Amino acid sequence: MSVYKEFLLLKRDMGGVVTLFLMPLVLIITVTLIQDNTFKTVTDSKIPILLVDYDKGNVSKTVFDNLQKSNVFSVVTTIDDVPITEAVAKEAVFKGKFQMAIVIPSHLSRDLQLKIDQNVERIVSSLGFSDSLAVKKQIKIVNQKEVKLYFDPAVQLSFKSGVMNSIDKMISQIETKSIYTTFQDQLGEGDTSFEQNSFITFKEIVPRINNKEIIPNSVQHNVPAWTLFAIFFIVIPLSINIVKEKTQGTFIRLRTNPVSSQIVLAGKTLMYLIICMIQFYMMIGVAVFLFPYLGLPALNVQGNLILMSVVALFSGFAAIGFGILLGTVAKTQEQSAPFGATSVIILAAIGGVWVPVFAMPKIMQVIAQSSPMNWGLEAFYDVLLRNASILDLLPELGLLFLFFIVTTTIALLYDKKKRAV
Amino acid sequence: MYSLNDFTLDIKEGEIFGLLGPNGAGKTTLISILCGLVKPTSGSFTIDGLSYAKNADEIKQIIGVVPQEYALYPTLTARENLLYFGSMYGLKGNDLKEKVIDSLDFLGLLKFADKRVETFSGGMKRRVNLIAGILHNPKVLFLDEPTVGVDVHSKNVIIEYLKQLNKSGTTIIYTSHHLSEAQDFCTHIAIVDEGIIYAEGTPRDLIAATANARDLEDVFISLTGNELRDVI
Repeated sequence: MSVYKEFLLLKRDMGGVVTLFLMPLVLIITVTLIQDNTFKTVTDSKIPILLVDYDKGNVSKTVFDNLQKSNVFSVVTTIDDVPITEAVAKEAVFKGKFQMAIVIPSHLSRDLQLKIDQNVERIVSSLGFSDSLAVKKQIKIVNQKEVKLYFDPAVQLSFKSGVMNSIDKMISQIETKSIYTTFQDQLGEGDTSFEQNSFITFKEIVPRINNKEIIPNSVQHNVPAWTLFAIFFIVIPLSINIVKEKTQGTFIRLRTNPVSSQIVLAGKTLMYLIICMIQFYMMIGVAVFLFPYLGLPALNVQGNLILMSVVALFSGFAAIGFGILLGTVAKTQEQSAPFGATSVIILAAIGGVWVPVFAMPKIMQVIAQSSPMNWGLEAFYDVLLRNASILDLLPELGLLFLFFIVTTTIALLYDKKKRAV
Repeated sequence: MYSLNDFTLDIKEGEIFGLLGPNGAGKTTLISILCGLVKPTSGSFTIDGLSYAKNADEIKQIIGVVPQEYALYPTLTARENLLYFGSMYGLKGNDLKEKVIDSLDFLGLLKFADKRVETFSGGMKRRVNLIAGILHNPKVLFLDEPTVGVDVHSKNVIIEYLKQLNKSGTTIIYTSHHLSEAQDFCTHIAIVDEGIIYAEGTPRDLIAATANARDLEDVFISLTGNELRDVI
């Protein structure tokens, strides 16, 4: 009967139902679309960047070509048909009109070549290959060159470091290529072409399930994370539900009738668990069936749905325990709703929903281990990306259930203390 | 404010016992203690020979509570509220459904049974609030201001219903500010102020014992004074 009553209360609150079921779907679609496009190389989502070319040589041409070929950036060298100067680029970027600008200094190609020539000549002569009769050239001092990068202050650090790494790699490749070419020239081995392709390459070995590679994509990462986030948002309606009973006076009846608090809470737990699972299946349904129509990869749940459901169930338990505790301790909806929302966001942040735990500062990595959202997220990743079995999931599931037990017990003890007799 | 001092009271089975007193006198505190909502700092009491310390579940099964607040779910209908609260006392099936229908019918609410409580007037809510406390035929019924804020028609229906309930064996303990109502309704009265019982007896005896008193209001004024008793 308690479960039925909770069902009726929810049914009568259409705003609440919409919040519970529709908003998580909107959340998961929006976030996945945004995050997918951040990493996806789609032609129409190229990021325009400013290139100020004071060099007009091979290096700047190579940088320009590589950036254009990258499919991530579109290179802008003029504004209103006027070549961009460093001052214009700086102002445009710092005002947020462009995300970044690259300024290639004058004579970079010439000076790079000069520097390489000097170095190579020194090496070649030390090996006795140079013409001994030749008059030693006077060595010209070549100052170090600086490629300047300007970033919009609003640009995220991860984007910044990614771009800096690629440009650094690009410049290194140009340098290497020039060194090889110069050696070739110095040694006079016109016909002998050096193999300029990288000798060492990288190959990512990804896990396999049924001989099929599991290649992680933004959907496999985002769907579990945001599903978990949505499940934990049950804390808000649940805590409001409990606070309402206190302020409406129905709590007096619940306290004076022979049914124990445990039974009343069990009714709430069961109802809200059902809601969590419906939320979960709706989100999974969207990720599997709707995402392909939105240009996103479909979530691959093949063979994982049962284990994912188990993780969702235990995550639901943890969220409900937290909601019961919050609703029991809070005196008003004004206390429970904002606290519930912010605490879920904090738990999500600590748990690695936004920033992976490994990328957090050391102290936060330790704290992350105490977030139920981290346990849930790890369990989801174990299932989806690490081919885990139910036994592998036991530690995380155990922690999630323990969290439910601890929070509910504290709520019951608190309630008992507040209760008179 | 919990303010009961040297408080000794013996309420007999079958009585309609009225606790009367000005604001802050301690009436609601006493009711809350007897219902198990507030723990007394000292002293003891039994209900039907049972104490909360040893027999909390048994006491909860034999008492009914009608709080001053509308202790109902506003978005549920009258019937849904009553079915839920009735089920908390172990009532179920047709038995419960029939009890709900009979009670709603007696209190003139049957045609509104499937309307949400939030749409009801104060008097209608009071009546549903009352039914929710008595569906399980409690041996002892606690009522905290059951007729506060209702029109005269609702009040009469409520009082009539309570009298019938008392005839069928329910002991009623109630608080009220309506002294004329209490005079007609109660078989026994205690006038409480500052946590002390100032007088106790049948309405007739109390009036007779007070000089120049024509009714219970005169007794009340005589015992508790004329000054305002606003409390926070």
